[in-house]
Amino acid sequence: MRYAETGFNLEIDLSRGNIERVESDPELTKHYLGGLGTNAKILWDRVPPEVEPFSPENVLIFSAGLLCGTPAIGCNRTIVSTISPQTKLMAFSMMGGFWAPELKYAGYDRVILRGKSPDLVYLWIKNDQVEIRDASHLKGLGATETAELIRQELNEPKAQVASIGMAGENRVYFASIEQGRSSASRLGIGAVMGDKGVKAIAVRGTKDINIAQPAEYLELCHEVMEYIKWRNDNPVPGVMTIMQGIGSPQEMKVHDEKWHTENFMWGNTRVRRKDFWNEEVEQQWTKTMDSMRTRFISCYNCPMECGATITPPGQPTYMMKCFSKLTYTMAAFSDLDFGLKIAQRATEYGVDGFSAPQVMAFAVELYENGILTDKDMSGMPSDNEGRFYWLLDRIVRREGIGDVLANGTYWAAKEIGGGAEEYAHNNIKKHEQLPLKLSMLNPIYFLMYCTGEKINITQIEGQFPQAPYPKREEREAFVKDWFQVPDEKFKQYFLDWEPRGENSNPYYPTVRMSCEIVDWQEMMHYIDDALGMCAGLSSFPLKPPYHIHNYPKFITAGAGIEMDEAKLTKAARRYRTLVRAVNIRRGMRRADEKPPENHWKKRFPELEKDLLDTYYRFKGWNNDGVPTKETLHELSLDYVTEDFIKRGILTDNDGDGLSDETSVKDKSK
Amino acid sequence: MGENTKKTIKTIKVDMDKCNGCRTCEMICSAFHAVPKYSSVNPARSRIRLIRHPLRDIYVPVHAGEYVNAECAGRDKYVINGKEYEECAFCRASCPSREEFKEPDSGLPLTCDMCEGEDEPLCVKWCLNDALTYEEREEEVEEDEIKAQTEMEIGLEALADRFGLEKITDAVARMREKEQ
Ligand code: SF4
Ligand code: SF4
Ligand code: SF4
Repeated sequence: MRYAETGFNLEIDLSRGNIERVESDPELTKHYLGGLGTNAKILWDRVPPEVEPFSPENVLIFSAGLLCGTPAIGCNRTIVSTISPQTKLMAFSMMGGFWAPELKYAGYDRVILRGKSPDLVYLWIKNDQVEIRDASHLKGLGATETAELIRQELNEPKAQVASIGMAGENRVYFASIEQGRSSASRLGIGAVMGDKGVKAIAVRGTKDINIAQPAEYLELCHEVMEYIKWRNDNPVPGVMTIMQGIGSPQEMKVHDEKWHTENFMWGNTRVRRKDFWNEEVEQQWTKTMDSMRTRFISCYNCPMECGATITPPGQPTYMMKCFSKLTYTMAAFSDLDFGLKIAQRATEYGVDGFSAPQVMAFAVELYENGILTDKDMSGMPSDNEGRFYWLLDRIVRREGIGDVLANGTYWAAKEIGGGAEEYAHNNIKKHEQLPLKLSMLNPIYFLMYCTGEKINITQIEGQFPQAPYPKREEREAFVKDWFQVPDEKFKQYFLDWEPRGENSNPYYPTVRMSCEIVDWQEMMHYIDDALGMCAGLSSFPLKPPYHIHNYPKFITAGAGIEMDEAKLTKAARRYRTLVRAVNIRRGMRRADEKPPENHWKKRFPELEKDLLDTYYRFKGWNNDGVPTKETLHELSLDYVTEDFIKRGILTDNDGDGLSDETSVKDKSK
Repeated sequence: MGENTKKTIKTIKVDMDKCNGCRTCEMICSAFHAVPKYSSVNPARSRIRLIRHPLRDIYVPVHAGEYVNAECAGRDKYVINGKEYEECAFCRASCPSREEFKEPDSGLPLTCDMCEGEDEPLCVKWCLNDALTYEEREEEVEEDEIKAQTEMEIGLEALADRFGLEKITDAVARMREKEQ
C-alpha cells in the first residue's frame, strides 16, 4: 500500500485527447519526495532545453505535495511547474486553497499535461472518471466566473476548480492560475495553461488517503496544533506587526498599510513616500477595508485565515490573498478603495498581483517621459485610475500596446526601445520583483536575490530575522526559544549581529555565515514545496510550527519513508540541485544572478563577488553556478553530469575545484 | 412506561459567523472514524459537512443526524441577513435526496456519534476558530427513549430500505452458509 501519496499520476496528452492513469515508482518518492521534487525530475526527463515554453512538448504539471490530504495542518499546496514564457527557465509557482487535497482524494498525486488542445477545453476529474470537456462557452470569461459555471453545469458544488481568465487564454507572460482563495501567479504559468488550450481543471474526490503510522502521525499533528495556539498567543516582539505572527502575512487582518506605504516604493518602484501616512488616510483606508471585507477565510485544514472575501460595492465578490491589497494602490499612486476594486477585475482576468501593477506603472512612466506616445496610447483616459483600468484591459486582450506590455517589463522594454530598458529596472532574471529599494547592502539578501530560482524574495527568505535587534537583551530573549534552528551556531550569529559598528551589514553576518543562513532558509522552502506545506506555517515566518526537526518524523509516520534530518537535508539538496540543472541546461549562468542594479544604494563589488564565489562553492557549484560532477555524484544525479558533458556544459576532466573548507561534504558533518 | 432517568445531552454549538471554511472538521472526523483510528483520511466519509459558498458568504457546518428513508414532501429556503440558504442546508438527515452523510462507496448512512470515547468531539477540538463549541447538559428522560440504534442497525435499515428485507435476509443466510 502507498501512504500519504496515492501512487498514481494522471497523464493527459491534449493533442490526442488521450488520458492515462499511470502508477508511479515509489523509489522516485524516496529520492525526490513529491511536489516540486518530483516535478523537477519530470521536467528534467521530458523537457529538453530546446523546447520553447509555448511548444506542445512543454509540460505543465499540477502536483499535490507529498503530505497534502493528510491531517498535517496547513498542508494543502499544489505545486505547478512548467517552463516560464517570461524567464524561459523552470517556473514553480504554488497555490494554496483546496485543490491539492481534492486531487489526492480523487486518487492522484499529480496531473501532467502535454501537447495542445486544438479547442478550448476543461478537464473534469471525479475519482476514476476523467473527461476532457468542451469549454468554448467559457472563452473570455473570468477565472472565478468560470469556476462557478463549471460547478453548476456539472452539478458538483464541491468540485475544486483551478482556472485561468482572459490573461491566460491570451498567453500574457504574467497570467495566473486562480483557484478559490488562492492562485499560482508567478512566472506566467497561466499563459502556458492557456497555450495548451485548457481553461480549467475541476476535481472532486471521495477516496481515502492512507497514513503509515496513524497514532504517531496524529501525535505529531497535535504538537503542531498546540504550538500554533501558543504561537498565536505569543507574537515575536521586535519586528514589524506583519512579521510577528505565523501564517501567510496577515494582510487582510492587520492594518499595516502605514508600514508598507512608507517603506515600499510607489509607481514604477521609484518613489518612497515617507510622510504619506496620516490620520485622514488611516480613517479612510480602515473604513474601506472594513466595509468591503466580508469574512476571513482559510485554506484547507488550516485555522490561520490569511485570506478574505472582498465585496466592493456594485462589483462581484472575490477572494483576496496577501499583499495584492496594496500593489495596485501603490503602483497607481491611488488609495485602498481603488486597489481593492481593480483587484477584483484583475483576479477575474487572472494576472499576477505583483507583476501586473508594475507593468502598468512602467507603461505610465514611459508615457510620461515621452517614450510611449499618444499614438501608442490612443484611447487612454487622462485620469490616473482610468489609465490603469484601460491598460489592464488592453494587456489581457493583447490589444495595441497591451500586446507588447503583456510580455512583462523586460521584453516590453526591448521591443519598445528608445531608452525604455532603463525603466524596466526592477527585474531579476527578466522577472518583476517586489517594489523595494533600500540603502545598505545586506549580504544575506544579496545572495538570496542573486541565486533564488523561484525568483521571488518571499519564496526564499524567512527563518532568520531580516534585521538585527538593537539591544543584546532583546537578542538573547529571541534566541531563547528558537528551537527551529538546524544548528546552535545560528543563535550565535544572531546574538552578535549589531545594527551599527563592526558586526553590522554589509560585513556581518560574515560571508560564510551568510552562506549558511541562506542555505537553511532556502532549504525550508524547498522542503515545503515538496511536501505541499504552506510556507506560512513553515519556511516564511519566524519560529514556525514546522521545521527541520519535526519534518522527518512527519514523513516517516505519514508516508512510511524512513527519514531523518540528514536524509531530508540531502533529498532537498538533491532536487534543489536538479532545479538548478534544468535552468543551467537552459542557459542560466552566473551573469544572470544579480539583484536589480539599484536595489541598494550602497554596493560593495568586492564583497559581492566574494559572497557569490563562496556561496557557489558552498553549494557545490563551480564558479559559473554550474553544479560540479562531484556534487552531482554525491546526490545520485550522475545522469545530469552525463547530459552536461554531452552538451559541453561540463567537461570530462572538470575537477570540482572546491576548497575543502567550504565543500558540501564538509558541511554535512 | 419506563422510569425517569438522567440523560446527558451533548450539544455542539455552531457559530457560522466564525467559520472560515477550512473543512478541518470534515478531515478529522473522517480520520477518527477510520479503522484503525486515523489510518486514513477522506472527508467524503465524515459525519460533519460544510456547506460552503464563499462568493455568497455561506458557511454551514452540519452534523449528520438520523437516517431517513424518504425525502421531505416539501422543501424550505431560508433567508438570513439577505443571504438565501439552499433547501436542506440546515437539515441533518441522511436522506435519499442528497449525497451528504453517506459512505461514498456503499451509500450507507453516516451518523455523528459525538466521537464516542473521546473527551471532546474531534471536530470541536480541531476547529481552532471556535466555530464549533461543545456543551453538555443533563435532562430527564423516559428510559425507553435512551436505546439508541447502533450504527449497524442503521446501516441494516438503510439496506433494507434499498433492497427489501427479504433480499437482505437471504443474503445473510447465504453468507452464513459460506462461513460454515
Ligand atoms: S497559513 Fe494561511 S495561506 Fe497558509 S494554509 Fe493556512 S490559511 Fe492558507
Ligand atoms: S473546522 Fe471550524 S472553521 Fe473549519 S470548516 Fe469546520 S466549522 Fe468551519
Ligand atoms: S462529533 Fe465526532 S462524529 Fe460527530 S461530526 Fe464531530 S468529529 Fe464527527
